[in-house]
Formats: sequence, structure tokens, C-alpha cells
Amino acid sequence: MIRGLGVLRTFFQPGLRKPWLAQWAFPALALLALLLAPAVLSGFRMGLLGKFMTFAILALSLNLIWGYAGMLSLGHGVFFGLGGYSFAMYLKLEAAGGKLPDFMFWSGLRELPFFWEPFRHPWFALPMIFIIPAALAGGLGYLVFRSRITGVYFALITQALALIVSILFVGQQPYTGGTNGITNFSAIFGFPISRPGTQLALYYVTVAALALTYLLCHWIISSRLGRLLVAMRDDENRVRFSGYNPAILKTLVFTLSAGLAGIAGALFVPQVGIVSPSMMGIVPSVEIAIWVAVGGRGVLMGAVLGAIVVNGAKSLLSESFPDIWQYFLGALFVGAVLVFPGGIMGLFRGEGWRPRWGWLGQVRAALGRKKLADSQQGGMLKVPAPGSTSSPRAEKTRSP
Amino acid sequence: MFKSLLSKISRGYGATLPALLLGVAMLAAIACGPSAAPSAGEKPSGSMAGGEVIKVGVLHSLSGTMSISETAVRDATLLAIEEINASGGVMGKKLQPVIEDGASDWPTFAEKARKLLQNDKVAVVFGCWTSASRKAVLPVFESNNGLLFYPVQYEGLETSPNIFYTGATTNQQIVPAVEYLLGQGKKRFFLLGSDYVFPRTSNLIINRQLEGSGLKAVGEEYTPLGHTEYSTVISKIKAAKPDVVFNTLNGDSNVAFFKQLKDAGITAKDLPVISVSVAEEEVRGIGPDNIAGHLVAWNYFQTTNTPENTKFVAAYKAKYGANRVTDDPIEAGYFGVYLWKMAVEKAGSTDVAKVKEAAKGIQFSAPGGPVTIHMSNQHTAKTVRIGMVRADGQINEVWNSGKPVSPDPYLDTYTWAKGIRNMVQ
Repeated sequence: MIRGLGVLRTFFQPGLRKPWLAQWAFPALALLALLLAPAVLSGFRMGLLGKFMTFAILALSLNLIWGYAGMLSLGHGVFFGLGGYSFAMYLKLEAAGGKLPDFMFWSGLRELPFFWEPFRHPWFALPMIFIIPAALAGGLGYLVFRSRITGVYFALITQALALIVSILFVGQQPYTGGTNGITNFSAIFGFPISRPGTQLALYYVTVAALALTYLLCHWIISSRLGRLLVAMRDDENRVRFSGYNPAILKTLVFTLSAGLAGIAGALFVPQVGIVSPSMMGIVPSVEIAIWVAVGGRGVLMGAVLGAIVVNGAKSLLSESFPDIWQYFLGALFVGAVLVFPGGIMGLFRGEGWRPRWGWLGQVRAALGRKKLADSQQGGMLKVPAPGSTSSPRAEKTRSP
Repeated sequence: MFKSLLSKISRGYGATLPALLLGVAMLAAIACGPSAAPSAGEKPSGSMAGGEVIKVGVLHSLSGTMSISETAVRDATLLAIEEINASGGVMGKKLQPVIEDGASDWPTFAEKARKLLQNDKVAVVFGCWTSASRKAVLPVFESNNGLLFYPVQYEGLETSPNIFYTGATTNQQIVPAVEYLLGQGKKRFFLLGSDYVFPRTSNLIINRQLEGSGLKAVGEEYTPLGHTEYSTVISKIKAAKPDVVFNTLNGDSNVAFFKQLKDAGITAKDLPVISVSVAEEEVRGIGPDNIAGHLVAWNYFQTTNTPENTKFVAAYKAKYGANRVTDDPIEAGYFGVYLWKMAVEKAGSTDVAKVKEAAKGIQFSAPGGPVTIHMSNQHTAKTVRIGMVRADGQINEVWNSGKPVSPDPYLDTYTWAKGIRNMVQ
């Protein structure tokens, strides 16, 4: 039995042994489950799962730059929102059927703004869901990375971006719908949007988009670029001295990540039926990082799992305990930090159950019941014993 | 041998085991959660098919910025449900409330509305406060043929076939308030509002109305939701020398505005401010001494003198505490349940089409006076009241319309509002 568990562990530890089957079994199983889910779920639950998958794409896009390249973006909601708005503009114009969208009228506009005009055409709106967020990220990223801004400063700048863009969208009510956002769509490419068949088709499009995003991310991180990203995360100067330009590489991956987030946003809008500035603010942007952290940073499957688990828990808990559900969610996040810092995927990879009881020792030491040195030995300063779970080997292979 | 095995467990695999167990448990929770929940809720217990209870949805923000206002309305709705159940329920069936948290987030409102209609199959939903949340759930109710009772005054220009509007539309609050002020000899109006759909639309209508009387607003200002710095706005007001400020600010901004207005030495005698989003609950937050003497326009005050109101206020305080106050949206959240009950009993069914048909013309003695559902537009006829805030935070009525005013969401009966309907529809 013990031996069996050991095999299981190596199975989920791609770094130790990397047979083709082991590496792809889990994603393939997940894909199969997602493909079969509509057969067993009610229309409402399927819609929720579809929404969670768009969040999974979003989490993958953040994981690409945070988990691998070490750039924590706290403004990814903005790119998600921009993609959503681009698609919502098309949907709204289709619903308005040649008339002025309702919110423009009550905001005092009497004709369609020029930049809304081309969004009548899906062939313009569809590329824009990628191009607009990507262009913003590209421009901002190049300026930031060229100035060698990294780490917490990068996180702060992206957080400021989330604040600025959400305030801008709330304030420009005639052009964006203000706090209401854009809602009340009727059809998508001529198909009635709320019909079960359309929703099922959207669900499968989302599954396909998630699978493609996963493959793309996998291809990137296992390519030369992926190794460079990890190298930059660990020692940017060394990469620079080796003759690469980190600013260009980082801008590239940040741009790509923003574009993927935009696609996720565009898939979110027709399934949920609304896009609003509340999705672009600081709180939702930080939430994305929480999904990745809960799922397991630096593991592709972790981002997918984290997004689906956290949002699934959010929906189910708030249905069961409408008054106090946020406490449960808070406990989950605290648990993710204190008890399984490697996230859910960390648990699978055997590096996981590493309770950081060190903080408890600190508290006890502060209360005078225990010597600080003891507590530090217990937790804060981890001395890996030979054969312990967090073997140096496992640590090394954590980033593929 | 045994010892080495044990040490192996404790060192090498001891951590893997709980990790795997936890992982498996989590996966199981994800897998079972969604499929288990609908199987419990999917039985059409909400419809007529012999169930002993009727499920009704209650959808308000119980967390986030709007929770302060919305939990009070939720409480009133639950009070009405409790009273109805105590007196035998609806058609002999008890009402079973299904409460959901909209979390002050519009996409969440849409998700929860979908859950209530598709999963719980509720017969009706009582809920929403902000126009944004109503606009977010509107397509959900229309595509699922659900029924929503919306309890808050709003900007009009909307008649969804799936929504009953128990709060005031513009001609039951804003338009008569402007008429009242014109009748008081006020000519110079200054319009101040938060920057979102309700103030924007209200001011669009007020501007038209003033034009109709040959007047023009002397100023129109918008501040973002949550804005708290009003010194610039107050200097603009001083410079414009208005007779009255028409205030459509929402939420916290009112606290800052009234306090800074008082600090600037402007009293209600010099310059009255009339508010349409400030009720007893908000007066408590602003501080009665900051707003005393200013005007508000509503359809109900806690001081409204009807036998129904005496009973309602006593019941509300008995259930939720003596320090609680009632106000207009709370009252509308309360009597909406009774209107729906009467419509269901008249129809003999909770079927949406039948209830809508039966609801036409239904009348109820609400705490704020008689209310009647309109024959075609699904709004309610209500008495308009204008009041002055007292130093103790309660409101004294200074004028009322005498009889319920018929709702006219598109202002078709006003010559100055010509064309407004065509521009939105």
C-alpha cells in the first residue's frame, strides 16, 4: 500500500519521472469530465461551470506571468474586462438593432460615438477582444520593464491600473454604461442568447478555449522561452548578462497573458449576460491571484483547479449560507497560506502538507510560554531532513 | 522491519497521505456539489403540483456596500412572509423563502437570479435595490419567464413584462416634487447627483419639466459614487444662487454633502435641499442635526398616520429591535409580498402568466395608504408625500397628493415629456 502511494506521488510529480502518460493523464481526465458534464448537470449548473472555465482561462493567463515569470499582476481584471467590454459592445449593438443603446440615451447622447461604430461587425469585435487588452499590456509592460521595475513595484503599478481603469469606466457613463455596465443582450451571431442550445454551444466553445489555452501555455513553458521566463524569475541579471533582453521577453509574455485574459472576458459576457466595471476593480483582480495561489502557483493545472474550486465553493457556500458564507471562503484562503502553501496541486505533488505552524510558535513565544528558538526550529527555519517530504530534489524540480 | 516501515511512513509518506485524502475530498466536493444540489431543488415544489410549500426567492445584497440598505428591506419582506404564514399561508400553503446574497455585485445578482428561477423554481422573487442590479437581472427574468417584485423608487422608462415595480416611478416622486417646488415659488433649480443612471435620467426629466415651465436649471453637477469632497460643488452652488438644490446623490456622499453644507454656513432656511434618495435609514447615517429642516420626497414615512402603519412599525420593531426605523423601500418590500399573495389567490395559481393577469387592478391597504397595481404597466399607484426632516431623525409630512397617483413610467401624460418614450423604445 505504501509502495502504491509512492508510485502515485511520482505520478503527479512530473519533475521526478516524466512519462508522457503521467504528464497528460490529469489534464485529459479533467477535459473528459468537462466534456461530459452537460449530460449530468442542470442548465444552471452547466452555465456556472462555463463561467468558472472562463475564470480558469483567466487564472492560466495570470499563472503564466506570475507562476513562471514571477511577475505578479494585480490588474488582470482590467484585461479580462476590456475583452469583455469589446465583445459586449458588439452584443449590445446587435441587441439595439440599429438604434442607440438605451444607456447612451439616458446619459444624454443622441448619436453613436465613432469608436462604437466598427463594433457593429463581429469580424472587427472578435480580434479586438485580444488586441485591445494586449495593446494596453504591451504599451504599459514595455515602459515598466524597460525601466527594470519588478516585484512589488510591478504589482503596485498593475493594481493602480485596475483602480484607474475601473474609475474611468464608471465615470464615462455615456460611452461605457457606467456602474451598470452593459447588459440586456438578445442574440449572438444571430442566435438567441438565452436559448439552451446557444448556451450549450458557448459552453463547448469555452471548453475548447480552455484546452487550447492550456496547450499554448504548456507549449510556452516547455519551450526555450519558458526556460528563460523561469530563469528571469530566479535571476534576471544573469539572463541579461547572457545576452537576452528581459524587457522584451517580459513584455512579450505579459502582452500574451493580457490577450488571453481578454478572450476569457469575451467568453464570460455572453454566458453571464453582463459586463460591468466591478469586474475590473482591485478586489476582483486580487481574487484572481488567490485562485492561482489556492490551486498551486507555477503549475498549469493548479490555476485551472484553483479557479474552479474557489468559485465553485463561493457559489455553493453563498447558496447554503447566504449570511455568513464569506467567513468560510476566508478560512479557505487562510488555510491555503498556512497549511498548504503549495496549493491544491502542491498536495498532489507530495510537497504539500507543510503546515506552517511556525507562526503559532511565534505567538506562543510572544506570550512567553515557549522559547523563540524552539519555535523557529519547528517551523520558520525549515531544515529538511533526509527523506522528508520537502526533499531538495522535489524543490528543484518544482518549476519545470 | 516494522520499525523501518513506521519510520518510512512518518518521514517519507506521512505527509502524502493526508494531502491525498484532502485532495480527493475536495474533488469529491466539487463533483458532487453541483449535481447534488439541483436534484434536491429541481422538483417543481414551487408550482401547483401538490407541494405543501411555495418557494419564494428573496434576492438582496447581504454583503458589500449595499448591504446596509438592502438587509433592512430583506427583513421587511421576511416579516411579511412570516405574517402570511402565521395566518394560513397562500392558498393553504406555507411560503418558504429562499434567501440569496447578491453581494452588491451585478454579475452575482444575475447568477443568483438564474439559480432561484432555474434551480429552486421559485414562484416569485422579491429583491434588488440599485438600478444596476435590476438591469442585470432583467434579461434573466425575461428569458426564464420569472416574476420579480422590485421595491425601490427608480428612474422610470422601463416596463419589463416580468417585473412588478412597487417603488415609485418618476411621476410619483420626482415630477410632483418639482411641481411642489414650483408651486412654492422656487425658480432657480440646482441639480446635484451621483454619476450613474438614476440621477442622470432624473435630471434629464427635470430639465425637460423646467423647460416646460419656461425655466432652466442654474447648475447641474455629478460626482462619482462614494465621493466625499463637496467644497468645490458647494462653491459652485453659492455662485449659482439657486432657490433650491435638487439632490439625487446616493449613499455615503449624502453624509459628506450635508455636513459640508452645514459647515459652509448654509442652512435649510437659506437654501432648502430636496432629496429623493434620503429616507429615515439614511438620515440616521447623515446625522439628523446635519439635515434637519431639509426636504425629502417619498410615498411613505415612518410617521405616516394610518392604522396599517401603526401595526407595521410595531411589528417591525418587535421583530428586529426598537432602535430600527422603517422607510419607503422597507414598506414597499413589505406590501409587495401581500400584493403577490392577493394576485395568486385571485388567479388560483402561481403560474406567472395567470398571476400577471390577476394582478391587474389589485388593491391593498399598505402602511403608506392604499396601493393599486396598474391595469397595464405593472407599476403601483401610490400617494406622493413630501416631508421635512425633524431634529430627531423622523420626517414630518408637509404635503401629500391627497390620493394615489397613477404610475406613468414613460410620462406619456405630460406634454413637456413628449418624445421621451420614442427615444428609449
